[in-house]
Amino acid sequence: FPRSEEAPAKKLRLSKPSKSAALHIDLCKATNSTDALQYLLHFARKPVEVESVEGVVRILLEHYYKETDNSVRLKIASLLGLLSKTQGFSPDCIVDDAINTLNNEKSHQVLAQLLDTLLVIGTQLPESPTVRQRLIEMACKHLSDTYFGVRNKCLKLLGCLGMADTPLTKDNDGPGASLGLLRDIQSIISDFFGDQDPRVRTAAIKAMLQLHERRIKIHEIIYDQACRLLSDDYEQVRSAAVQMVWVLSQLYPESIVPIPSSNEEIRLVDDAFGKISHMVSDGSWMVRVQAAKTLGSMLQVSHHFLEQTLDKKLMSDLRRKRTAHERAKELFTSGEFSSGRKWADDAPKEKLDTNTVNLIASGACGAFVHGLEDEMFEVRIAAVEALSQLARSSASFAEKCLDFLVDMFNDEIEEVRLQSIHVLREISTHITLREDQLDTVLAVLEDSSRDIREALHELICYTNVSTKECIQLALLELLKNLNKYPTDRNSVWKCLKFLGSRHPTLVLPLVPELLSTHPYFDTPEPDMDDPAYIAVLVLVFNAAKSCPTMPALFSDHTFRHYAYLRDSLSHLVPPLRLPGNGLDLVDSRCGSGSVESAQLFLQQSLNRVSTIQNLEAPGAQDLLNFTIRDLQRLGELQTELAGAADFCATYLRCQLLLMKALQEKLWNMAVPLCLKQNVTATAAAQQILEETYKLEFLYSGLESRQVATIHHVRLQAKALQLILTARTRQGLDPLISSCEKFLQDIESFQRLFVAELPHLQDSFVDKLLELMPRLSSCKPVEMVKILLATLRLSGLLQLRLPEQIHRATATIIEPTGESDNPLRFTTGLVVALDIDATLEHVQDPQNTVKVQVLYPDGQSHVIHPKPSDFRKPGPDRHRLITQVYLSHTAWTEPSQIEVRLLLAYSSSSTSLSSSSASKLGWSDSIDSLPPPEAAVEGTIPFSKPVKVYIMPKPARR
Amino acid sequence: MPEIKVTPLGAGQDVGRSCILVSIGGKNIMLDCGMHMGYNDDRRFPDFSYITQNGRLTEFLDCVIISHFHLDHCGALPFMSEMVGYDGPIYMTHPTKAICPILLEDFRKITVDKKGETNFFTSQMIKDCMKKVVPLNLHQTVQVDDELEIKAYYAGHVLGAAMVQIKVGSESVVYTGDYNMTPDRHLGAAWIDKCRPDILISESTYATTIRDSKRCRERDFLKKVHESIERGGKVLIPVFALGRAQELCILLETFWERMNLKAPIYFSTGLTEKANHYYKLFITWTNQKIRKTFVQRNMFEFKHIKAFDRSYADNPGPMVVFATPGMLHAGQSLQIFKKWAGNEKNMVIMPGYCVQGTIGHKILNGQRKLEMEGRSTLDVKLQVEYMSFSAHADAKGIMQLIRMAEPRNMLLVHGEAVKMEFLKGKIEQEFSIDCHMPANGETATVTTNPSVPVDISLNLLKREMALGGPLPDPKKPRTMHGTLIMKENSLKLVSSEQALKELGLNEHQLRFTCRVQLQDPHSDPDTLNRIYTHLKSVLKGYTIQHLPDGTVMVESIVIKVSSSAEDTSTKVLLLSWSYQDDVFFCFFFVSFLSLIFSKQWLRDSIDS
Repeated sequence: FPRSEEAPAKKLRLSKPSKSAALHIDLCKATNSTDALQYLLHFARKPVEVESVEGVVRILLEHYYKETDNSVRLKIASLLGLLSKTQGFSPDCIVDDAINTLNNEKSHQVLAQLLDTLLVIGTQLPESPTVRQRLIEMACKHLSDTYFGVRNKCLKLLGCLGMADTPLTKDNDGPGASLGLLRDIQSIISDFFGDQDPRVRTAAIKAMLQLHERRIKIHEIIYDQACRLLSDDYEQVRSAAVQMVWVLSQLYPESIVPIPSSNEEIRLVDDAFGKISHMVSDGSWMVRVQAAKTLGSMLQVSHHFLEQTLDKKLMSDLRRKRTAHERAKELFTSGEFSSGRKWADDAPKEKLDTNTVNLIASGACGAFVHGLEDEMFEVRIAAVEALSQLARSSASFAEKCLDFLVDMFNDEIEEVRLQSIHVLREISTHITLREDQLDTVLAVLEDSSRDIREALHELICYTNVSTKECIQLALLELLKNLNKYPTDRNSVWKCLKFLGSRHPTLVLPLVPELLSTHPYFDTPEPDMDDPAYIAVLVLVFNAAKSCPTMPALFSDHTFRHYAYLRDSLSHLVPPLRLPGNGLDLVDSRCGSGSVESAQLFLQQSLNRVSTIQNLEAPGAQDLLNFTIRDLQRLGELQTELAGAADFCATYLRCQLLLMKALQEKLWNMAVPLCLKQNVTATAAAQQILEETYKLEFLYSGLESRQVATIHHVRLQAKALQLILTARTRQGLDPLISSCEKFLQDIESFQRLFVAELPHLQDSFVDKLLELMPRLSSCKPVEMVKILLATLRLSGLLQLRLPEQIHRATATIIEPTGESDNPLRFTTGLVVALDIDATLEHVQDPQNTVKVQVLYPDGQSHVIHPKPSDFRKPGPDRHRLITQVYLSHTAWTEPSQIEVRLLLAYSSSSTSLSSSSASKLGWSDSIDSLPPPEAAVEGTIPFSKPVKVYIMPKPARR
Repeated sequence: MPEIKVTPLGAGQDVGRSCILVSIGGKNIMLDCGMHMGYNDDRRFPDFSYITQNGRLTEFLDCVIISHFHLDHCGALPFMSEMVGYDGPIYMTHPTKAICPILLEDFRKITVDKKGETNFFTSQMIKDCMKKVVPLNLHQTVQVDDELEIKAYYAGHVLGAAMVQIKVGSESVVYTGDYNMTPDRHLGAAWIDKCRPDILISESTYATTIRDSKRCRERDFLKKVHESIERGGKVLIPVFALGRAQELCILLETFWERMNLKAPIYFSTGLTEKANHYYKLFITWTNQKIRKTFVQRNMFEFKHIKAFDRSYADNPGPMVVFATPGMLHAGQSLQIFKKWAGNEKNMVIMPGYCVQGTIGHKILNGQRKLEMEGRSTLDVKLQVEYMSFSAHADAKGIMQLIRMAEPRNMLLVHGEAVKMEFLKGKIEQEFSIDCHMPANGETATVTTNPSVPVDISLNLLKREMALGGPLPDPKKPRTMHGTLIMKENSLKLVSSEQALKELGLNEHQLRFTCRVQLQDPHSDPDTLNRIYTHLKSVLKGYTIQHLPDGTVMVESIVIKVSSSAEDTSTKVLLLSWSYQDDVFFCFFFVSFLSLIFSKQWLRDSIDS
């Protein structure tokens, strides 16, 4: 090589002597290879700055050439790779050296490691085709190595760096081109599909998959080879081959492939589907999982192939037997109500021709039947998921797989049961349940697991049934469920709401029976507090919504109950058009058009407020007061806009507080005279600060513009605080430090919201920034004066509303706080309190939501629920089901504790600042980063507190 | 050619008294040693006189392997080892070793104490027999002697059931015992690796059946029990003590747990309790769910299932009772049945097959009036259900196992001849391998083609690798040169030099010579020189030397030029090459000739 090694070596000594020099000395000191290895290991733990990377590399390479011990060379090679990953370092300067070492290396292990390093270098230099070309040449050259590891790495390199359009073909016929380079990269890789070592075979397939991931189109010829690998002896090869076949089936679904030993031809995707289906009964469960998962994504497969996967011809003593599913269906269609209770009711029917029985399922036959019955639940779950994917794209398949999914409700592992219920819900738009199927589904309602029952309720919400008997059955089972598990009340009611509104015509004939009305006799009025009766009413009223003839069947008390329920459970009972009732008038106003009008109103209110130029303008306070009241009312009326209205109201309240605190009288008085006002102003400043944190963290959907506005208010509040401190406290030292802190705040504001500054013209911050040079040089007293003047002169910043703002809310469902029986427990021991709450619009609840317990003596505990206690039943909705442990010393009387949910925040976790603090890499030096700003941490209570009656009894001796 | 011989003494085209003799590589192995349920005379045990007329079996058998604890697979073991006489090792898995003596003792009690038979094995004999047992672990290779090794695979079926691979040298046989390819509530599915045995000996109980999904049956069963309990009825489930009973217990136990049911479940006591104890211990042999959850709770520690007492049968309210025996022909299950038969709310569920003549069989066939002893009749009003839970592989399962193991030959036992015939046809058609189904006492012989291992010296291998092309291609066989030495029962492939050295022989060289005449007016050295320069230009990459003694050497080919006495322009080329370079010579010679007859050469000759 013409390049001399000294030149860069000099450069390193000039730039950064410390790190690399230390390493150099260490390595020179090493008397034997073990020592050297120790030094290197030690060295690897410390990060290296970008500037000194090259120097370190040189030293390492220098040592590499001298080193005779394999393990040390291996470590050096791996360090080279790690160093090349350093951000900001471009490894093109060490390519030559790395290749050079590769050429002279004898040890296979070190070779493999060097190739790995080359791979790192190659991936760090994506824009350099020449380097790439050289690396690929190196890889091709070492492909014939006898050690599997070297071949593996070569293949990996080819997979990660190989290019489809590189001139690996004839036109590169120069003298340097070796034999291997005359060929396409894919054919080079595919040569190793037949390697003797299974690890190399796997690596070859993986390399090919890597090529595919890099959007290089794989040739269709690979298909045959990949299919052959499906019957490899080693599971990792088979597993990779399944992926390969799948990739090809997605690339060339419509190609035609011949069926061996016949003249027929089928589509490639069908062929691949059949082959992968076959793998569902593979010997290794990893492969089975892989195959089952893969099947789900092969949506282009033809219909009859798909349906074969559920096909399993039964046979008994060579006679055809019907499956239980078929029998059930037949029983149903023949109208006979019995479920095969007879001995030999599954007696075999027609005699089978021995030649037609195909014992080895060819192709897709029964793949899912096998998958769903598999020994490992991982396979079963994969199969259920695949079923759902396929069923969603094909209605007839959905119909067919119904029986199988229902069967899975009986699986021994709860996860599988839950998954299959979810899947059934997802595909339930395609299907109508038969009575016998519904029966099986409903049987699960008695399950003791709450998750299962709730999933099932969710499923029933979406289910279509065909007969009124089904409705009756469902109602019956749901009432039974309600009876057995009273905590399911809400969920059951909701379920009946949907059931009713989905099937009004089926409910109609049942109404007299359900409400137990009689044409001639008055029946006793049912108990209004009975959850079961409410359940029936929910069903009936929801059906009545789209069935105008139904109210005619109601008796008098039903109407009364309607009025009561409409008020108390308005989310479950729809508005009805009842005779002689003006209700419909009221309700029709809340049509769809009103959202826009409300939106308009909101905007107008905001515009009106923006006319306030100055915080001291006359009448401004009144205007703000009214607007806040309007907005609050609007939020109550229009649930869609509740978040936005609330947000605006809170913002305006902040402004109002600021305004009040800045009233002129206060500031013109002498300091000792205005102690009382000072107190109110301090409280106001404190409250504004709290409100700003609420604004920032309680609402989702904020854009950086709004965040800037919030921070702006916060800055104002801080300024106010500073002024107040200056007025009340004596002594200069604390004032100086708070002034400095305030200046820092301004700076960080400027840094965070550079993009937003143009929108903040004429605002407080804008003015401060103008005055910044003066501020930073002047004395604290003068600074306070400036601040006061600016603050009083600054106008109201207009609030812009983003598309959607949602307020995070939490409702504690359990405990209800209604119980009069105190929870008794022995002092000093713990008692578990079940908490069930729904959270809406909370981001990352696992980290932010806490439970707070307040004891009457003012003690409070904050409990962090486990991440697994959070479930996600829907978008933007979470459910917290957890237990908190209470304990206290003895009380003489039962007393109430308060339980509430808190939303924890930390100002460092702001969406804006977190983006800059990305994850640090291995060599990113942590100590060089500026220390993070002091994070403000706190909590916001965001649920209504619930009172629980508890009674710690003294321990009995 | 070496042969493997398989002779079933029992279970050949038959179900019951499994006992199969295998001779492989000079070793004799007995697989299973069971009894027949259908006979009470000598026929219930296998005919050991086939092995030897008199005397002990020890010298004829290298080992005995028991696949699982069912009596039709181990019932004759004490008889064989103690009464006929066998002192060699008996292999079985740990659970089998634990449970087997309980069943044998129970069997002995019934035969001796109840039926009053004499000349039967005693308790002491069972103990002595168990002392000879060597326990096996799954996937553990056990060396029986220097050549014979055995390895157990999981078989499902019952706790501790194993499939065994028997291997002598490169020949191997796999015996499945009974196995199940579909997992159930307490056991996993049978599994074997791609061991490619010479013979796979498989059971074929359900050779002609393809079963419905297990889940359907389970659901039906649970639904029936549940409905009956809700009606307030009592449910009787007659079972055999071990195997299915545990599965049904787990099924009901988990269902009770899931559905929060309160009705009591009873299990009639007896040997079950002891056996349940072992089920608790051998968690590793159960299925995924039980293995994963046993840390929290051992599934066999039943919460809802309690021991049954006779007086409970009259308790009011719903209950479920498991009682033995399974076919309602005697014992506790029959007593309870008589008590409950009159109430139509009650139910009896038959979980398995019933032999003709038993009450179980009668009621399953719809008989509603039963004649009991003493001319009394019993009206059967309760509901009768049939629910088949069987733990054998069905036809598909058998085919699946064959696909997993990839045997070279198949052999079917433990099934009915007609059904085997069908499966045999299918196997031969689908896998195109030979399938045997010998009857009892018949010998099936399979010739094997074992590969002979040869040691090769590393140097030779490396040398040959270096000679070959850049890519080692496994698809293309490559010839290599070496010398095979057979010495002291081992084969060795070494380079010829080393062979010569080892055998103390002198090396002889074989050389070929030929003469070529050509016209060339130059003098001899000139001609040679010209040949040399030409060869040098044509044969690049070969060592070509011009030696001072007037010869040219190309590798080992020697070229000499001499002119004939009468005509100096007629030159005679003497070529000589060694035997090893024969192939190269052909190549060389062709290029050499083309050189000589090329125009260039001729023109040069004419010019001068």
